[in-house]
Amino acid sequence: MKSSKITAVCLCAAVVLTACSGTDETTTADGKTVVKVSIEPGLDQGAVAAFNTRVTQFETANPKIDLVPQEFKWDATTFTAQLAGGTLPDVLTMPFTDGRGLIERRQLADISGLVDQLPYAKKFNPEVAKAGSADDGKMWAVPIAAHGQALHYNRTLFKQAGLDPDKPPSTWDEIRTDAKQIAQKTGVAGYAQLTTDNTGGWILATLDYAFGGRTEQLAGDKATATLNTPQMARALQTIHTMRWDDNSMGANFLYDWNGINQDFAAGRIGMYVSGGGNYGSLKAQNAIKADDYGVTALPLDGPNAGVLGGGTLAGVNAKANDAVKAAAVKWIDFYYLSKQADQAAAVADAKATADSGEAVGSPELPVFDKATFDQRLGWIAQYVNVPVKQMTPYTDKMFGQPLIPEPTRSTQQVYGLLDPVAQKVLTDRGADIPALLADAQTQAQALLDKP
Amino acid sequence: MTLTAARPAVTTRPPARARRRRTPMTWVRGGGLGTVLFLLPMLAVFGLFSWRPIGQAVVMSFQQTNLVSDPVFVGLDNYRAVLSDPQLWNAVGNTLWFAVLALLLGYPIPLVAAVLMSEVRRAKGLYSALAYLPVVIPPVVAVLLWKFFYDASPNGVFNTVLGAVGISPAPWLQSASTAMFSLVAEATWAAAGATIIIYLAALTSVPPEQYEAAEIDGASVWGKVWHVTLPHLRGVLLITFILQIVGTAQVFLEPFLFTGGGPARSTTTILLLVYNYAFADSLGGDYGAATALSVLLAVVLGLFSAVYFRLTRSWSKS
Repeated sequence: MKSSKITAVCLCAAVVLTACSGTDETTTADGKTVVKVSIEPGLDQGAVAAFNTRVTQFETANPKIDLVPQEFKWDATTFTAQLAGGTLPDVLTMPFTDGRGLIERRQLADISGLVDQLPYAKKFNPEVAKAGSADDGKMWAVPIAAHGQALHYNRTLFKQAGLDPDKPPSTWDEIRTDAKQIAQKTGVAGYAQLTTDNTGGWILATLDYAFGGRTEQLAGDKATATLNTPQMARALQTIHTMRWDDNSMGANFLYDWNGINQDFAAGRIGMYVSGGGNYGSLKAQNAIKADDYGVTALPLDGPNAGVLGGGTLAGVNAKANDAVKAAAVKWIDFYYLSKQADQAAAVADAKATADSGEAVGSPELPVFDKATFDQRLGWIAQYVNVPVKQMTPYTDKMFGQPLIPEPTRSTQQVYGLLDPVAQKVLTDRGADIPALLADAQTQAQALLDKP
Repeated sequence: MTLTAARPAVTTRPPARARRRRTPMTWVRGGGLGTVLFLLPMLAVFGLFSWRPIGQAVVMSFQQTNLVSDPVFVGLDNYRAVLSDPQLWNAVGNTLWFAVLALLLGYPIPLVAAVLMSEVRRAKGLYSALAYLPVVIPPVVAVLLWKFFYDASPNGVFNTVLGAVGISPAPWLQSASTAMFSLVAEATWAAAGATIIIYLAALTSVPPEQYEAAEIDGASVWGKVWHVTLPHLRGVLLITFILQIVGTAQVFLEPFLFTGGGPARSTTTILLLVYNYAFADSLGGDYGAATALSVLLAVVLGLFSAVYFRLTRSWSKS
């Protein structure tokens, strides 16, 4: 009896000690540096296979590095908890919107020294590089994709509504009349808009920019909210009119990113505003039919009107050690960047992506200079599998539109307080737009004044 | 009568065992160690996963932290910030509105259902299983299912039903005036089964003779319920009432998954506001404010429960 008690105690102690004992997860037994790299969740088998092919290629070229793919999708709501809890991958991607904030709070690793050593470090498009740079200009995160906002439309619904899909709307008045016609002829939403998880503010800012407004003004260290403006009021009035006078916005006014993409791909939305390169995501995650898809340039109206820019940054976990940082930047170079500037890498990536049935050739803006961008398009031309012709209404105009970066201070918070404004306008016919904007202005200024 | 008999206190000695001094060894031999050993896992689990986080949350409510950098003590700043936030009173109002609707809808329905089911003579188990079925469905699945039902287009499930009887489509979740009601309807559907089972169990304790006596006295069905059933359920009703209040004050899942607090913050509840403080802003969210509001909510609910039990003590005993 006594011996069984001792055995039980020993077993318990062993279990506890095993659970508490730490192991160095950054190095394998044979001395390889382990790097956890992110792969987007929800990809189909082809996309996963393409990713794994690149992982194998990298590990063959770098035998002292062991890559461990980990599903990761940027989620602002869980990022800090994941960082604190040690569950983030070492290499992660995030939207431009959050880059500056992460760098200011030292929630990314400083990889600027390693980035400077990349062969194309000086070639980055300066406007794009700002999203991943600290105040002193050092690049803590690397832009890997850039885009401007665009108007996506469903060509099939256009045809069903008696509209010409090769002549998409080029003014806001045309967007309104086309949306109304689609709604009346097909019964689905002619135009829909994101309104939740801070995306409501993101799209309102896009419309505001398109009418010549800006959401904040910077003068040295002082930021002033500029939400209560005629341009923002016009943006809200436009959707109010489409919702209440034209009844062309359907019945869902609480769209999040996944929901609106899903409904658009399923043919339940005629038009919506989102990033110009969204086709790849629509294909990989929502199985959109290529024939349905069309994209055109966002109409700009008024002095100083511009397209709100955005994109994706790749960065390294703030908790990574030097060896992991070095290996992580190698992976960023190999997987995300070299395909932009190196012929062999560009072709290999495009081939692997095309072989897996994923989109190659979605519209995007140059991460590096325009010459490098054009050169790459030539290298991968034979693998392009997106409906290029259907994208020309956008690609013909995208370089001619002024690209304006997102607001840099308290970006997500300001977007967040604009969500209920968009929701109010779309769910309450009597919404008082001037009062809503005055309130939002006060709240935004309070945020910007926070030390 | 002898002297000895007259003074029993002197002659009658307490048992020797009772006078023995308790030492650690006697405690061990008496089984104290075994008791502690049996208690230890529960204490460890409770302490580690329940009390320690509660303690940490209270400490955090006096700090400014982003969970990565070292926290800074800020005194009562977080409490001041929370109490001066206009969103708080909107959230309190929404939570109270949810509680009232849930009380009106969710409190009587299980009681009525349980009383009716207790009267059923055949297939009682089947009715119990059917009533309990929604509880078995994972809450997230249930919400997603109802979200589909609540599609506000004329082709939505509920709107198709309304259309069949000539009623125009309802906006359900897409209007500030109907969103909260829609949330309560789903929450009631999801939770009623558990309460029905509790009531059914309590109803088995009602002596059948009392119903027979009531019948002899000419009591109607309502009379039997009022004079026999409800008095027997009083204790259970008191408990389910406070559980309902505490539960609805902490409602999170439905507004989070159905509406995200919209439209225009019309379904932002206190717990959703806590979540928004902590996570919606990302990038080092305001965990101090989130925990401060959580502590305030816990204190209010604790006080409410204490007052409630104090006020209903006599009723409960009688």
